[in-house]
Amino acid sequence: MSNVKISTNTDIGIDDSINLSNEVCPMTFVLTKTKLDALEPGQHLEVILPAGEPMRNVPIQVKEEGHKILKVEKMGNFFRLIIEKS
Amino acid sequence: MSKIKTRREMKITVDHNLEEDVKKKIVVDAKIDGKVGKIDFNELKSGGFIKQRQKDLFTARMRCPGGRIPIKKLKKIAEVAEKYGGEYVHLSFRQSLEIPYVNYKSFNKMIEELKEVDQNIASCGPRVRVPTACSGCEYNPNGLTDTQKMAQTVNEKFFGYRCNHKFKISFSGCPIDCARTNEMDLGFQGAVFPEWNEDPCTGCTICSSACLEGAIIPHPQTGKPIFNLSKCLFCSDCIRACPTGAWQPGKIGHIVRVGGRHGRHPLNGSVIAKFITDEEVPKVIEVVLEWYKKNGEGKGRVRIGEILMEAGKLESLIKELEKAIGGKIIKSAKPPHAVHINQYD
Repeated sequence: MSNVKISTNTDIGIDDSINLSNEVCPMTFVLTKTKLDALEPGQHLEVILPAGEPMRNVPIQVKEEGHKILKVEKMGNFFRLIIEKS
Repeated sequence: MSKIKTRREMKITVDHNLEEDVKKKIVVDAKIDGKVGKIDFNELKSGGFIKQRQKDLFTARMRCPGGRIPIKKLKKIAEVAEKYGGEYVHLSFRQSLEIPYVNYKSFNKMIEELKEVDQNIASCGPRVRVPTACSGCEYNPNGLTDTQKMAQTVNEKFFGYRCNHKFKISFSGCPIDCARTNEMDLGFQGAVFPEWNEDPCTGCTICSSACLEGAIIPHPQTGKPIFNLSKCLFCSDCIRACPTGAWQPGKIGHIVRVGGRHGRHPLNGSVIAKFITDEEVPKVIEVVLEWYKKNGEGKGRVRIGEILMEAGKLESLIKELEKAIGGKIIKSAKPPHAVHINQYD
């Protein structure tokens, strides 16, 4: 696990983005997954998630499907994740 | 046609929990397929055939540890049910598949046919029942322990062991506790102790979002976790969520609850030990069953939880268990307590 890339710099390139601020489970993960499926390995997806239940589940599910979470940013009641497709 | 007497004709309440001497009275003469012999209604019940309201008809309870039925067995059960049973099967509350409307004259043939796929009949009565379990860690993302494996092991080792009363064991893979370990005579629930390493931690705060219990608060400056052990349920969500592996599993094992029950007067079981390994589970069951037998002597039909509510009894069980599992015992355990569901005013 120690070789996971974690960047603290703000200019990680983004290949696609999805705003899930109005979605609930299971669509938060389904839509994230649909977007990730369309990307090439190594490309980055930006996801905006509401705090609470989606933020609790989506990172776990993304990790369990083998992708990497490169960055987490809190923006008020929302979180911005940058996920690298595996 | 058989000359066997119906329950009403015999004027005897068929109760599998009756004491041995009373039990003998329920043996009746019977003529099945031209052969004259004896049928003990209670033996039938202990063998998992349960008398129905209807004359001569029984419900056959399949033995399905952990509620798992391989397709091969399921097909055979369906075949047998169609042949000897009624229009449907019934899923019991403890994960057994039951075939209603079976005529007692078909028992032998039915048992034989089920044996072809190693499908056994379950039990009822004052004994260790078939263990129940959730789907466990094999494919359920929340599962922390292999509850299915444990259910099979316990089924092989302890099924049918004679007790004062029924004795139910279940396995839950995580603190969500779908298998209701607190309502079992003995319940095992999966738990993982989370260990945090500072080096890989980036202060991303995902763990604090993942933790439902408020056991992880992010440090206001660094975002790194401040862990409050007293709130932790050992569910492992922080470990699963952590993107960098800063949270890692430490001890993995079972939380043990004893003395629960449901029914008219439910009891909430005592949390008596934590982080018991898979290998220690049979030892714990053995000690608890021996203790139950010894402390239930002469008390008749009494559940272990009721005994544990008597003064000094929980301490006595703790002492016995401590010999087997040492420091994993929770010495401050509270006795089982009543959950009142039948109070109407």
